[in-house]
Amino acid sequence: MGSNFAECHPVGFRWVMKAKERGCKVIHIDPRFTRTSAMADLHVAIRSGSDIAFLGGLVNYILTNDRWFKEYVVAYTNAATIVAPEYQDSEDLDGLFSGYDPEGRVYDTSSWAYAGTAAGTPNMGHGAKSANEPHSKEGNPGMDLRRYPPRSDPTLQDPHCVFQILKRHYARYTPEMVASICGCTPAEFDIVARTLCDNSGRERTSAFAYAVGWTQHTVGVQYIRTAGIVQALLGNIGRPGGGIMALRGHATIQGSTDIATLYNLLPGYLTAPSVQIPDHDTLEGWLRREMPTTGWWANGRKYMVSFLKAWYGDAARADNEWGYQLLPKNVGDHSHMPMFVAMHEGVVKGFMAIGQNPAVGGQNAVYQRAGLANLDWMVARDIFMTETADFWRAPDVKDPSAIQTEVFFLPAATVPEMDGSFTNTQRLLQWHDKGVESPGDCRSDLWFTHHLYQRLRALYQGSTNPNDVPFLSLTWDFEEEGPRREPKAESILKEVNGYTLPDRVPVAAFADLKDDGSTVSGAWIYTGVYPKDGVNKAASRNGDDWVALGWGFAWPANRHILYNRASADPSGRPWSERKKYVWWSEDEKQWVGYDIPDFQVTKPPSYRGVWSRGGMDALDGTDAFIMKPDGKAWLFAPSGLVDGPMPTHYEPWEGPGANALYKAAPRNPVAKLFNVVGNRYIDPGDAAFPIVISTYRLTEHHLSGVMSRWVPWLAELQPELFVELSPELARERGIGNTDWVTVATPRTAIECKALVTRRLKPFQVMGRTVHQVGMPWHWGYRGIVTGAVVNTLASLVGDPNVTIHEGKAFMCQLHAGRRAEEVARGLPDRALPLPHVGRRERQAAEAMIDRGITLAEQASSLDELVVKEPAPYLPLDAPIGVYHG
Amino acid sequence: MAKGFYTDTTVCIGCKACQVACHQWNGLPAEEPGERELTGDSYDNTGTLSALNWRHVKFIEQIPEDRHQNGFLDGSRWLMMSDVCKHCVHAGCLEVCPTGAIIRTEFDSVFIQTDVCNGCRACLAACPFGVVDIGSDGKAHKCTLCYDRLQHGMEPACAQACPTDSIRFGEVSELMALAEQRAADLGAHGIQAQIYGKDDIVGGLNCFYLLVDKPEVYGLPAKPELPSSNVAAALGGSAATAALLAITGAVSFRKRRMDDMSRDESAPEDEP
Repeated sequence: MGSNFAECHPVGFRWVMKAKERGCKVIHIDPRFTRTSAMADLHVAIRSGSDIAFLGGLVNYILTNDRWFKEYVVAYTNAATIVAPEYQDSEDLDGLFSGYDPEGRVYDTSSWAYAGTAAGTPNMGHGAKSANEPHSKEGNPGMDLRRYPPRSDPTLQDPHCVFQILKRHYARYTPEMVASICGCTPAEFDIVARTLCDNSGRERTSAFAYAVGWTQHTVGVQYIRTAGIVQALLGNIGRPGGGIMALRGHATIQGSTDIATLYNLLPGYLTAPSVQIPDHDTLEGWLRREMPTTGWWANGRKYMVSFLKAWYGDAARADNEWGYQLLPKNVGDHSHMPMFVAMHEGVVKGFMAIGQNPAVGGQNAVYQRAGLANLDWMVARDIFMTETADFWRAPDVKDPSAIQTEVFFLPAATVPEMDGSFTNTQRLLQWHDKGVESPGDCRSDLWFTHHLYQRLRALYQGSTNPNDVPFLSLTWDFEEEGPRREPKAESILKEVNGYTLPDRVPVAAFADLKDDGSTVSGAWIYTGVYPKDGVNKAASRNGDDWVALGWGFAWPANRHILYNRASADPSGRPWSERKKYVWWSEDEKQWVGYDIPDFQVTKPPSYRGVWSRGGMDALDGTDAFIMKPDGKAWLFAPSGLVDGPMPTHYEPWEGPGANALYKAAPRNPVAKLFNVVGNRYIDPGDAAFPIVISTYRLTEHHLSGVMSRWVPWLAELQPELFVELSPELARERGIGNTDWVTVATPRTAIECKALVTRRLKPFQVMGRTVHQVGMPWHWGYRGIVTGAVVNTLASLVGDPNVTIHEGKAFMCQLHAGRRAEEVARGLPDRALPLPHVGRRERQAAEAMIDRGITLAEQASSLDELVVKEPAPYLPLDAPIGVYHG
Repeated sequence: MAKGFYTDTTVCIGCKACQVACHQWNGLPAEEPGERELTGDSYDNTGTLSALNWRHVKFIEQIPEDRHQNGFLDGSRWLMMSDVCKHCVHAGCLEVCPTGAIIRTEFDSVFIQTDVCNGCRACLAACPFGVVDIGSDGKAHKCTLCYDRLQHGMEPACAQACPTDSIRFGEVSELMALAEQRAADLGAHGIQAQIYGKDDIVGGLNCFYLLVDKPEVYGLPAKPELPSSNVAAALGGSAATAALLAITGAVSFRKRRMDDMSRDESAPEDEP
């Protein structure tokens, strides 16, 4: 679900086909009949944006038909845990959970906690949730969990226990309700549910594979949470053939999350500090808030101190909080969409697009392009000319001379021209060696970053400005090689892995990391990839046909399946011979098996935790989920989420109509909104925009097309942009196959060809016909094949947990013929490229920033600066970084 | 030792990696930008095997109109097949080539020596599968079974690039055994699959297919015929008729060849 595995991950799909040859059943649930559906045993089409209803239906099916894996659920999940009596469910409050503040559009999450724990548990590497997270003045909210284990009822009868809450929460998700919301039939739902349950349990396991078809929603995180609940109930986590696989859309996307390029994470899933969280003022406060005292994360101090030593070296000392105050601190949500709003407002003045093409890939791409036109400077590095680098020459820019942005385009080296590692979706690091020298001035990303720092450091050298101290304090002692002075990739890997001080001997495992400043580790989860000087496990190639522990290196500690303690029953025996994986050996008095056990290797199944000792000692020999403070898989999430402890069906922000379940909150009540000019949303059920649209990729092209539209062999395979639509809709609108069509949203209107196919179908949603179309988004105005930018249609709107945009479900209108200009003229508030906005507004914005700074300096407390109203586009009367309503 | 392809259409995901790998290895250019437009024929935008496309992935959508009532569970299929030169055991193109440009290699594949080809187009008419095509150089072109790679012990580029092993390369007899096993396995799961390219198809195809529908559905002739088989069939009639037919056949064949040749002569020279 939520992925087009065969088309977008064709090489990985090889293994799905191998499994299928061995009898695996493949189910594909997707709005369209795709090349993945063609390979599946079952394909069920559901309307874009309705997946939680379908998955919630599965939860209900599993519970009402008694298909849950009882021993697994009782032992390994928090089904028995008692939740605070103050908690009220969305089923009680018509779509809202308890603690909702309608004025601020945020939740006070304290009532979602376990009973007896004041307000949830720490974040545990989920990242600070920026301004949408309620500010706590009392410091760490999870204090009580530090002293007592959560209460539980192993009989699962207590009305406040998670199991009973779960049952009530999903009781209305019947096959009929699923069918009505999703647009499938109860029979289709039934066969999927039966097949999934028949292939789960002691003898069999099932896996979910998803991609951005699940994430790119205003409830994206909750989509995946629902799958987590299904898999935990069926006992499909921590076992071979089970799990939830996040298919990555690009090589080493996983790696760029691990060694974080995300604004709210430091490497190794340590939360980036934020000025909006008072606890983050000090390292001790940060540890108190972010690191639980029980479970594996109790080691967090070692990882954080070792990380700070990696970045700041000698400048990180015991007497200066290990350099914690040198870390840059977030002042708000600095993710992609807010960054472009900040460009419009003149807050962000410089921008580097490295291997990124927001002029095509960005939501409301005209708006994003206009942001680029408001910069002082921009650097684009890529292997081909991108639309972003050439934004000032876009077809709709009438007068490029009015754009003042100074643009630098730098040629980049391709992957075969550099050393480095990829981390794939299974957390497996695989090294690649440079095959050829890059031509001309093309340089690797490492070279660019390394020499950029060296040159900037030279410019800052001798500065006495305290603002420059963090930059000058960075350690930067990577080895260089060759006439180009290429930084040696393995020397960076060594720092990521970690080593001891002062002798710089690599550490072999993260268990060896210390919190006394004697060890360095750039990202603790990768420790072990470079266990000895000259030994790079990512480059190892000793594979086999089973777990293949000798091929590459899977973080953490070369574990291929996380939480694999759960592959054995509570007493430590394999659930079945067929699914034997990791088990307790009475003879050896330790955990053994085919994989590296994800457990303390000598802790027997019979061990009873002593809560007061903290750390791993607090957890039982049956607590398989060691990264959780209670050692359980969370069916109910008492912390870490800002939009509810249980996933529930909300319509997309732009949906075809009412929510069949809720009237008060039909859409995610805390979705991130961007109330800016040129970003008007479509109201649910707006007859002017009645068609559901989803965007996606084709096998023949890659992402924004930079790597494929310039390659003639790929370009000719899909030469033109199209919209896929059903013959039924085509007939209604008088559109023939390959005819020109105009697709419109309030943001803009674009033209493309029609591909009329029965692979799309109209859906019956709550008793009426809803049409769905789809568009691949690979085209732009540069390259050897060009076409309109599909992402100009989408709006800026995001998931409140992670600010991912909603590109997979929104609404549009279709017109026969090439009518984009005419249709766009009629749009009440469309996005216009700069310089339509002009320099006057920019000056006004700059004046507002000055005012904001003055206000900030005069304000006596943070409260005075908290914005109650959504920031309009101009003037800027909000402190920087707070853009959501 | 006959080498060939076994193309299992049941695991083809239509990724076209074979087409790209073929272009890259054989240095075949793409069409000029702008020459290609959206065909509207499912996801096929290159249309046919040609002098530039020695591999071609076909897309066949079989989806019932009433899917909006009960979904795609019953009878919905999207068939994909990577087509290629069949390297026939009895190759029509080779039979009719007047210059000897088309030869059978030590791998039992059918190879066009372009330096010997005079562009007469006889092979175009003689191929029952429409594989051979005349390029902009006026010469006949088609898949070489990566003759150069085979000579160095490598498998053809398309087979190496195929992510799902839909295209398998090897000894034809071994591939045929694999295909028969696969057909039996599918049959046991209620999927009727048949091999296209056993002896009944022009005496056997070194590059054969596993299909789940009639050959015509994939654009393959159910009963392909070679030029020589026309003659043989005619000989089965009365001697007189046979003689007449044979002469007529020969004359018409000769005439077609001569027409082609004269057309070629009038065409502008564009040899390198």
